[in-house]
Amino acid sequence: MSQIKEVVAPQSPAPDDIAVSARNITKNYGDVEALKDLTLEFPRGQLTSLLGPSGCGKTTLLKIIAGLLQPTSGNIEVNGKPVTGPGPNRAFVFQDFALLPWASVMRNVAFGLELRGVAKSEREDVAAKYIGDVGLAGFEKSYPHELSGGMRQRVGLARALAVDAKVLLMDEPFSAVDEQTRRKFQEDLLSLVENENKTFIFVTHSIEEAVYVSDQIAILLPRPSRVSEIIRPSGFRNKGADSIRRDSEYLDIVDNIWASLRNYVE
Amino acid sequence: MKIYGYRLPAMSSLILWGILWEVVGQTGVTFFVPPLSDVLVTLYSMIGTTSFTRALTETGYAFIISIFIAITIGIPVGILMGRSRLLDELLLPWVNVFLSAPLTALVPVLMVLFGFGMKAIVITTTLFAIWIIILNSRAGVRQINRSLVEMAHSFGASPVDAFFKIYFWAALPEILGGVRIGTIRAVKGIIIGQLLISIVGFGALFELYSANFLMSHFWAVLIVLFALAFSISEFLAFLERKVAYYAAKR
Repeated sequence: MSQIKEVVAPQSPAPDDIAVSARNITKNYGDVEALKDLTLEFPRGQLTSLLGPSGCGKTTLLKIIAGLLQPTSGNIEVNGKPVTGPGPNRAFVFQDFALLPWASVMRNVAFGLELRGVAKSEREDVAAKYIGDVGLAGFEKSYPHELSGGMRQRVGLARALAVDAKVLLMDEPFSAVDEQTRRKFQEDLLSLVENENKTFIFVTHSIEEAVYVSDQIAILLPRPSRVSEIIRPSGFRNKGADSIRRDSEYLDIVDNIWASLRNYVE
Repeated sequence: MKIYGYRLPAMSSLILWGILWEVVGQTGVTFFVPPLSDVLVTLYSMIGTTSFTRALTETGYAFIISIFIAITIGIPVGILMGRSRLLDELLLPWVNVFLSAPLTALVPVLMVLFGFGMKAIVITTTLFAIWIIILNSRAGVRQINRSLVEMAHSFGASPVDAFFKIYFWAALPEILGGVRIGTIRAVKGIIIGQLLISIVGFGALFELYSANFLMSHFWAVLIVLFALAFSISEFLAFLERKVAYYAAKR
């Protein structure tokens, strides 16, 4: 298993290639330690998954990176600048989509720009482009309740893309859509990572999903919450979306991760 | 409802009750219930008389001011209570007390404080309407999906933006429900005010007609009042239905 690195001290690529770094993050909720002294780096232009059993603090870490939660101690840097709150260099994709139910697809996708004070015609031009990109052209005037779960998450994705943040934070974005839609999403995500020059941080509880889409997988374990392993699948990434699931390296990594996680699943 | 495949228009049961009223009235069992036709004739002759127009304007004026105050104070207070734990702890007991308190019993106190004029009537009416508006706005804000709030925050919404673009709209179905119930309570409040504080408006007409046993006049005014309250309430219910498409999917 040469491609699986046991990480004692994380091997750091050149600092320029790190888009986001989390240093010594601790987060306590009262007496509960959600994260303990967690250090992790996210390479630029790549997709890093945070994978782990429930309660391991992966969503907490994502929200700290987003600036939605403050760490008890430790700091986050995005492109070398410390994070103190939400900022335009990061965009969030929510598990439950978080769309405005009273607003059309167009307004929802443009909402991030609306909050930044971009003029209506301008932001709608941008939104229209991303609505097309995620495959929702023709649904601009629809309302969220008229769309399927998968289409709603495409709206959420388009909204995050429309603000053109360099870092995309995705909190279990495909967990509320059905299996077939999820597979389509995962394939689309691969081409998104390839074509958009963005850094993706992706929280998931699905091992297969993490291995399928990630350049780097950080395995988080609970009690105390920590990064136990960083895996960088290398062999199958360029073989094309169709053959990944049959690749032996893919299957080995999935098995190995399961082997290390199974003890933590109640 | 459908009868023999024919769809009855809304409120058609009123026709049945109207007929019953007419029949009871025609039998003349009690002076208290004159035939509906007499009442309608009286109503027709009353409309346009100075006393009626004056009652309508006096009542309408006080009513609109009261509802306006109740809404402009009630909705923001309710939203703020839903957002701020401290404000909620401070105000919620009072809101609940006044919501269930027999406000009529407070009217003499209000008279002492605010005199016997329009001011006391407006305050009484506002007090009838405002509490349920506050409580409903609060409930509306409290059920907002957490991730909508996080979404606004993560895309950099200012507190003002969040208030007008998220909280208000997300709470709108409940707010409208509160305004509708508050308005109906205000109708009650204004008549009580007009009867107890100063004998003006429709209150004065009720007083006059019932004291002189002019029952068909009495019923005519009641029908006018009912029709007014009903149309306002139906209008607000119509607005509520406008936002119902997202009320269930927030």
